[in-house]
Amino acid sequence: MTASTATTAAASGVRGRRPWSPGRLAWRGLLHLTLIAMSLAFSMPVLWMLSTSLKPTGREFSYPPQLLPTTIVWQNYLTVVQSVPFGLWFRNTLYITAASLAGTVLTASMAGYALARLRFRERGFWLLLVVSTMMLPGVVTLIPRFLIFKQLHWMDTFYPLIVPSWFGGGAFNVFLFRQFFASIPLDFDEAARMDGADSFLIFRKLILPLSMPVVATVSIFTFLDHWNAFMEPMIYLSSREHFTLAIGLNAFRGRYATYYALLMAASAITVVPIIILFFFSQRYFIQGISITGLAGR
Amino acid sequence: MAGLRWRRLRRVATVTSEATARTVTARSARRRGLLWREHVDAYVFLAPWIMGFVAWTVGPMLASGLLAFMDYEILLPPVWSGLNNLSTMAKDPLFLTSLGNTAYYTFIAVPLQVAVALFAAILLNQKLRGVSVHRTAFYLPALTPAVANALVWLWIFNPQFGLANAGLRLLGLPALKWFMSPELAKPSMIIMSLWGTGGEMLIFLAGLQGIPELYYEAARVDGARTREMVRHITIPLLSPSIFFNTVVGIIGSFQVFTTAFIATGGGPQNATLFYVLYLFRNGFQYFKMGYASALAWVLFAITLAFTLLQFRLGRFWVYYEAEAK
Repeated sequence: MTASTATTAAASGVRGRRPWSPGRLAWRGLLHLTLIAMSLAFSMPVLWMLSTSLKPTGREFSYPPQLLPTTIVWQNYLTVVQSVPFGLWFRNTLYITAASLAGTVLTASMAGYALARLRFRERGFWLLLVVSTMMLPGVVTLIPRFLIFKQLHWMDTFYPLIVPSWFGGGAFNVFLFRQFFASIPLDFDEAARMDGADSFLIFRKLILPLSMPVVATVSIFTFLDHWNAFMEPMIYLSSREHFTLAIGLNAFRGRYATYYALLMAASAITVVPIIILFFFSQRYFIQGISITGLAGR
Repeated sequence: MAGLRWRRLRRVATVTSEATARTVTARSARRRGLLWREHVDAYVFLAPWIMGFVAWTVGPMLASGLLAFMDYEILLPPVWSGLNNLSTMAKDPLFLTSLGNTAYYTFIAVPLQVAVALFAAILLNQKLRGVSVHRTAFYLPALTPAVANALVWLWIFNPQFGLANAGLRLLGLPALKWFMSPELAKPSMIIMSLWGTGGEMLIFLAGLQGIPELYYEAARVDGARTREMVRHITIPLLSPSIFFNTVVGIIGSFQVFTTAFIATGGGPQNATLFYVLYLFRNGFQYFKMGYASALAWVLFAITLAFTLLQFRLGRFWVYYEAEAK
């Protein structure tokens, strides 16, 4: 019922077009309340994490739970960074993420460019292949990939986590780039070609500069993917000094499983950078979805 | 589409040649040269992706297809074992448990996720003050790294001091054991997954914002009621997004791993032993690479079957505007 009524307001759209009536006021009040309740519920895990992380160790276990810490203690964060090398893991994660990001943006945009703007007979075939790859469950290639990287003696190095990004950067990103490139008028290329520019020059000087929004979108999604990755780093990295934040956090948890204040402080260390990134890049998220046409239009 | 591009190219070639006043043969030669250049360029640009596709998708898939018929325990060279892995699988109770758990999880979680995301998207599409703050709040759990997320939910679902039970007690309801109970472990994970639907919500939001206001205006002029507008405008025009979220959601849920690995380790009593978790154990804890590959291919076949089935069914309910025009 709420869904249908909510759409009335969506449908009515422009504010103030219809006269204010008591019913309408009540309706908007109800909408606001629902939104606030939903927001509280959905931000609860992160808020609860932060709140717990600031409670003195041992004091997190109280009944009923205190929603906010009575005294704010930063000690947990200090304990966490002193007991495990979180700083090093942070650097490792940043390094892997940055290196993969560069490869993804470069090679995925190249493939997207060929599929959107270059004329060649087999284009439809390759595009279909890219789209089908998007539907492929990654687990199918997990074991052979592991065996390949083992053969290459890449175990316990960052290569298995970085190198694949330099070879196409994932079908989804290729598709994102293609969709965006395809929306730029083709006349631009033709004009440039008549002036003697070749495909490489057009890509570098014309298409890429016009496509910064999609570069931003792909960068953000790729950043999140690598920052949050768990299974692959766990399979490939074995020594503590090569850990990423995600597996480091899991290792930390192995030692402090029941110290929730510490665990939440350690978790917060992995979460906060992501939240900061999100605040600065919010608009690219929804924009990214719009350009892909994933929403169906 | 392609025809249009060809025609444009011809036009360009003509213009160029007229400008330089070349002969007809030179013109067609130049056109062919141009096309050939573009053809070569296309493959240069595609080269990294194609190499990656061969090295990290097709190659590994073929390799795991072969490994599925082998015994390979890493230390010893692989031995051909025919259909052994498949017959082992048929008799393996944990394989069946993990398949059942995954199906249970997927077929309950995905419809709920789509419903929650759709409801949230409609709410978050309202033109109200502060709506962008609400969008951020809703999206927050989807941003949280899986390990941290699993840990915080483990804490929320803590039977003694967790927030969930405190809430239940406040309502006068009995406390539950959540992840610790074989019956509730899967539902707990489904509940938890609903908090991660920010991505789906964004896709719906983008879809909603793409519906022209005009349609609603026209319907209102014709005296349509809210319910009718949702039924006949919003839902049909949003059906591609619903379809996409369902397909991708099912593929993703079949591969659920990290949450169970961190929060429950597959327990209690294998209640959350999901398919990929079992595959992971076989591959990387028991080092049965052959058996794990066979498991991977079975999962691939199941996923493919479901995806194709959905595309088939989608013809009946997914509405693409482009087709109608």
